[in-house]
Amino acid sequence: MPLDTLSDSPQSDVTSAMTFKDTELTLGIPGEPTRSPAGKFCTKRGFIETVDLNLRTSTSKPRGKTHADEVDDKSDDVVSGACKTPASKTQVVGWPPVRSYRKKALKSCKYVKVAVDGAPYLRKVDLETYNSYQELLMALEKMFTCFKIRGNYLGESKVIDPMKEMEYVPTYEDKDGDWMLVGDVPWKMFIESCKRIRLMKSSEAVGLAPRTPPRCKTTT
Amino acid sequence: MEFQAPYPDQVLENVLENVLQFLTSRRDRNAASLVCKSWYRVEALTRSELFIGNCYSVSPKRATARFSRVRAVAIKGRPRFADFNLMPPEWGAHFAPWVAALGSAYPWLEKVYLKRMSVTDEDLKHLAEYFPYFKELVLVCCDGFGTRGLAVIAKKCRQLRVLDLIESEVAESDMDWIGEFPESGITCLESLIFDCVESPINFEALERLVIRSPSLKKLRLNRFVSIGQLYRLMVRAPQLTHLGTGSFSLPEGVAHGDQEPDYESAFAACKSLVCLSGFREITLDYLSAIYAVCANLTSLNLSYANINAEQLKTVIFHCHKLQTFWVLDSICDEGLQAAAATCKDLRELRVFPIDAREDSEGPVSDVGLQAISEGCRKLQSILYFCQHMTNAAVVAMSNNCPDLEVFRLCIMGRHRPDHVTGEPMDEGFGAIVKNCKKLTRLAVSGLLTDQAFSYIGRYGKLVRTLSVAFAGDSDLGLKYVLEGCPRLQKLEIRDSPFGDAALRSGLHHYYNMRFLWMSSCRLSPQGCCEIARALPRLVVEVIRDDGNVIRGDCEEHIDDNFDILYMYRSLERPRDDAPSFVTILH
Repeated sequence: MPLDTLSDSPQSDVTSAMTFKDTELTLGIPGEPTRSPAGKFCTKRGFIETVDLNLRTSTSKPRGKTHADEVDDKSDDVVSGACKTPASKTQVVGWPPVRSYRKKALKSCKYVKVAVDGAPYLRKVDLETYNSYQELLMALEKMFTCFKIRGNYLGESKVIDPMKEMEYVPTYEDKDGDWMLVGDVPWKMFIESCKRIRLMKSSEAVGLAPRTPPRCKTTT
Repeated sequence: MEFQAPYPDQVLENVLENVLQFLTSRRDRNAASLVCKSWYRVEALTRSELFIGNCYSVSPKRATARFSRVRAVAIKGRPRFADFNLMPPEWGAHFAPWVAALGSAYPWLEKVYLKRMSVTDEDLKHLAEYFPYFKELVLVCCDGFGTRGLAVIAKKCRQLRVLDLIESEVAESDMDWIGEFPESGITCLESLIFDCVESPINFEALERLVIRSPSLKKLRLNRFVSIGQLYRLMVRAPQLTHLGTGSFSLPEGVAHGDQEPDYESAFAACKSLVCLSGFREITLDYLSAIYAVCANLTSLNLSYANINAEQLKTVIFHCHKLQTFWVLDSICDEGLQAAAATCKDLRELRVFPIDAREDSEGPVSDVGLQAISEGCRKLQSILYFCQHMTNAAVVAMSNNCPDLEVFRLCIMGRHRPDHVTGEPMDEGFGAIVKNCKKLTRLAVSGLLTDQAFSYIGRYGKLVRTLSVAFAGDSDLGLKYVLEGCPRLQKLEIRDSPFGDAALRSGLHHYYNMRFLWMSSCRLSPQGCCEIARALPRLVVEVIRDDGNVIRGDCEEHIDDNFDILYMYRSLERPRDDAPSFVTILH
């Protein structure tokens, strides 16, 4: 899977910033201040900050959300509250009117491709079939049987190739085009934002310090 | 032998027969058949294409008795809203009684087109057996059959030119249906469309089939065909005009290496290619292979490809001749702007949501719609899913695109107003019906008051199909439409506050309509009984969406509430194949 170069990180859009804020996981090398660029208050650690890689993302702003849009979202809620909209966002049968044939087809096109450095082939996974990082990593281990996952994900999740004695680090590209460590964010958030997975050779992940154990255990 | 002079009517009928042969439009034929009995007879003799818009409006027996020389039949079944799981399955629309009647009436039958019908493998078997000259089978949004039925068609229909399966549900089995096509000799196959078949196929057999089909122009593969296999087929069939690419990626576990075929040259060799679709599991690295054909494309369907604006731009900038464009909203407003900048000849645009939920992000908006309206002045048909819209953008489209015939806007969040002004979307849709003088099909959404319907009733004089969901304030809304739209034929409404009084206001018009669907509105059993009694030729079905039986009838008291009213005119008695969750009022 060819690597692309990363242009300036796009402004993280406001909604994703707000959801990230809700996470309890914080990531930083112990003793360092949080390294968020000014204006971003999300807690995800951009890969670019830790790894000297050229990754270009082919991104476009999601809908070009502007400040005004954020205001309008709120006014949306106010107006819709005044009319008979149900407050909860429970899904209604058959709405929006997209036929199940299309929904099913789109589901399979949302399968995530998994690449391994050094192996010339790709596999595809449906993230929705797993409930936790542990399940995912075990499945990946089965798929790429010459590698072994060492330890459990709560500590270090590295994949070891006993033949070459190289470690592989599971990484993923998210919706914004940033490359992240698998395990950085809560599972649910991960499956929504992960676009593809790459098992990267540790030697390429320069500057990647061993991760501190997360402060709270509610990670799946 | 005594010479008998032909009676004058006979001469006229002979002449008429020769003339009416040339009349193809069924609306013209319907009009001609009403002139007098003579014209009625001759028209019936010369009609070769039979179109049944609602399979329950007329019986197979009556249809085949009237028209004796039919060579092509088209039948439509289920109501469209059934596609969205609003009704329990097994409602009806069975092809079986039709195939039996057609079999005895038209042994020379060549073409069958079915939409939203239940077709079994047994039915397909009969098709193959009854019609030795059978040439074309097109199944759109059908279900009930599987690869076994397809196998019989492949094997027995020696003159088959067209086998098109479009958005149909095909039950899996082990049957290798592609392998059932005759193994030797040239075939007449012109079109083979099976992109909706969700099971693997015998690729070697397909390749051999393509080699033996020099007339093949349309080939749409399913997602089990890899890009390597696609290549092999393309080099065998450079004469293709319509291509569905299948998965457009490598199969799992296969090496992505240096020895890959030259996909670009395979595409470049297809000099007649005008319609491209597929891309079901696209690997983006391969997208550049299609650049060579983009300049000739009139139709491009990327609606299963999760690509963003940048990726789209690489393709769309070449597509100057594009007339039909289906795409996912993953391309965002920016992608639509790119399309608007290049595709000046665009006639039909469909933007589908990659995430079809009410509270999804909504990457396209009024911005994209505005751009399209400014760039694509010849637009005739649009289907647009979004989360946020403004009246201004819709008004702009009404002004910029005067040729619009189909305007379907789906604002996915229910009751959502103009996201800039906070106003209802009445003015936007009002402008559409007012300014788009050719408008025949309209689907509305967002926050709408009765005012929107007042506009539709006042200006939508040519509207034939109207879709309404979560809209309106009172009975007035529906009244405006039923009283104002003389051409209205198909009306489907869900979750809107229209009740018995509104229903009553359409009594003068229901015989002119193909159907009316109302679900989760404010109708009562009594209101529906009133309609059933007033209009004996209307079949009034009431349905519970939980599949339970409705107790009572119009004579006594109907105890239960129901969820769906589906009514349609019919020349027959109410159907006898209704499942238990359907009650027919009389």
